[in-house]
Amino acid sequence: MSEKPMSVEINKITPYLWEIPKKGDMLVPGRIYGDEETIQSLLKDVEEKKGGGFTPAIVQVLNVAMLPGIQKASIAMADIHPGYGFAIGGVGAFDLDEGVISVAGVGFDINCGVRVLRTPLDREDVEAKKEQLANQLFRDVPAGVGSTGDIRLTREEIDEVLIKGAEFAVKTGYGFPEDLEYIEENGKVGNADPDNVSKKAKDRQFKQVGTLGSGNHYLEVQYVEEVYDIKAADAFGIRKNQILIAIHCGSRALGHQIGTDYLQTLAEASRKYNIPIRERELVCAPFKSPEGQRYFTAVNCGINCAFANRQAISHLTRKAVQHVFGIDMRDIKLLYDVGHNTVKLETHEVDGKMKKLLVHRKGATRAFAANRDEVPIAYRDVGQPLLVGGTMGTASYILCGTQKGMEDCFGSAVHGAGRAMSRERAKRQWRGEELIHELAEKGILIKSRSRAGVAEEAPGAYKDVDKVVNIVHNAGINKKVAKVRPLICVKG
Amino acid sequence: MLKGFIRSLGNTSMPYTYLDHDADVGIRASGASVEEAFEEGAKAMLNVMWDISTIEERRNVSIECEARDVPELFVEMLNEILFKQGVEELAVARLKIDEIKRQENGRYKLKGIAFGEPLDIDKHAVKTEVKAATYAGLRYEEKEGQHMVQCILDV
Repeated sequence: MSEKPMSVEINKITPYLWEIPKKGDMLVPGRIYGDEETIQSLLKDVEEKKGGGFTPAIVQVLNVAMLPGIQKASIAMADIHPGYGFAIGGVGAFDLDEGVISVAGVGFDINCGVRVLRTPLDREDVEAKKEQLANQLFRDVPAGVGSTGDIRLTREEIDEVLIKGAEFAVKTGYGFPEDLEYIEENGKVGNADPDNVSKKAKDRQFKQVGTLGSGNHYLEVQYVEEVYDIKAADAFGIRKNQILIAIHCGSRALGHQIGTDYLQTLAEASRKYNIPIRERELVCAPFKSPEGQRYFTAVNCGINCAFANRQAISHLTRKAVQHVFGIDMRDIKLLYDVGHNTVKLETHEVDGKMKKLLVHRKGATRAFAANRDEVPIAYRDVGQPLLVGGTMGTASYILCGTQKGMEDCFGSAVHGAGRAMSRERAKRQWRGEELIHELAEKGILIKSRSRAGVAEEAPGAYKDVDKVVNIVHNAGINKKVAKVRPLICVKG
Repeated sequence: MLKGFIRSLGNTSMPYTYLDHDADVGIRASGASVEEAFEEGAKAMLNVMWDISTIEERRNVSIECEARDVPELFVEMLNEILFKQGVEELAVARLKIDEIKRQENGRYKLKGIAFGEPLDIDKHAVKTEVKAATYAGLRYEEKEGQHMVQCILDV
């Protein structure tokens, strides 16, 4: 824990990129995307929390820079805020032989992510049946604390979900085979071993496939307000005024339990292998150690579980839209699905050579450029779509990856607006009922069974998403394609 | 009973507080014994998920866990409550700790019972799901017979 007073030296590289020089035990520099205001606010956190309290985000970036095997830099995206171990928005890539794997670099909601469906509907179509659609989605997609769905799995089927991910969901009738092409990793990562996932984790998953969960998770009906890049928008199949549906959720309790189980395992491993840990939560194991490999093959199960979950929710969503508008489910296409709490094997250029690395992204999205094999063929000329969630009352963005992003930050992107205020403060400042009323006046319907949950997620409790997106766009690491606005938001 | 930890007399309700943390929720609890501080900590976490005053104690589940030290035991305990109430589909209102014991191998073990009833989203005024208790901000202190424990919850 960082208890002693400290000062942080930080240099401006460009108006949108800052660097903390390598010093002391740091193996690489720290690099943070942000503007003057972002950095001032991060430094203020260090000042105010001197001598106690929680670890400020900037210190978390430095702590990650000290982990064995880290490559190039410990990076944070423009939506950086304090996390546990890693800062939210943190990206850390490690050498496979000398590097480590960390629970903190993934988080407890493994492969939490965003998926966007594109519909043939226009804004006017939804405006005419808004209440009806909102009610249908709220009824059909289980959301909220402890929510369970209608899907029941046997023990063998759970293992299959953990190995096959979205493919299992499609095979059992949830969606179409062509969906898989438009999911990161085609909806299924390898190196997944269900034997390394505890019985406890599997027990918790039994009824939770196809449920949203709560907190900042949501299902949102949006319209395209503005298109910035016509070529990319054409490739992604989106146009102005079109209705899109965004789904934000993760691996539910199974993922949480994998994180919890391995927190203790890796804490022991950190001590066993003498890894210098500056914050208790930043537990890790050498990637190639037995503990590291067990966690990696378990986390991959969590990743597959989240893909399957979003695939199942998509099916429920399509059915609801079909019911209300009478359109064919097959006409609701999957634009893309990408996670933002992940650890992956990827190939990147280091010192002029292509090298296989282990890349952690905690509250950061993969953002690969055009021509990478991982990008779906239909998008390969423009780059991978990135889905950046805003808040209930503000815009969300669709961006795409760039070559500069590949070179500077391992092809990564912001994942959302980033919180600016604690949930407790938000609840003191806003009342759920009033917010729902205010947003309704702005044309946004909120459906939630938790008034307190709505207050915690008040748009004012988040950073300005427009600003965050402009930083990464101007820094050249991600490129704006379109801006969307919410019409309906189903919250957990 | 853990050596040096003396239970306070009576059942004075000990306080817990929430700490400002941008993304997640920090909890801090105190008590005249480590058990009391832990029980208050459990309440603090449960009250993030729902209004614990709305829960009738009609069901109970046993809670058992162990860890290498007292702070990590606190996190294990919270995560065990999350696990048990998750699989049993319960809303838990409180935890009663029977004992916290240092075992021969040096590890700490906790035994207790959680009280609650089947989760009812409307009745229990649900708020936010806690995904996990984390080691972030984890602290345990004993000062003049007062025990304080804190950590950050991932929500």
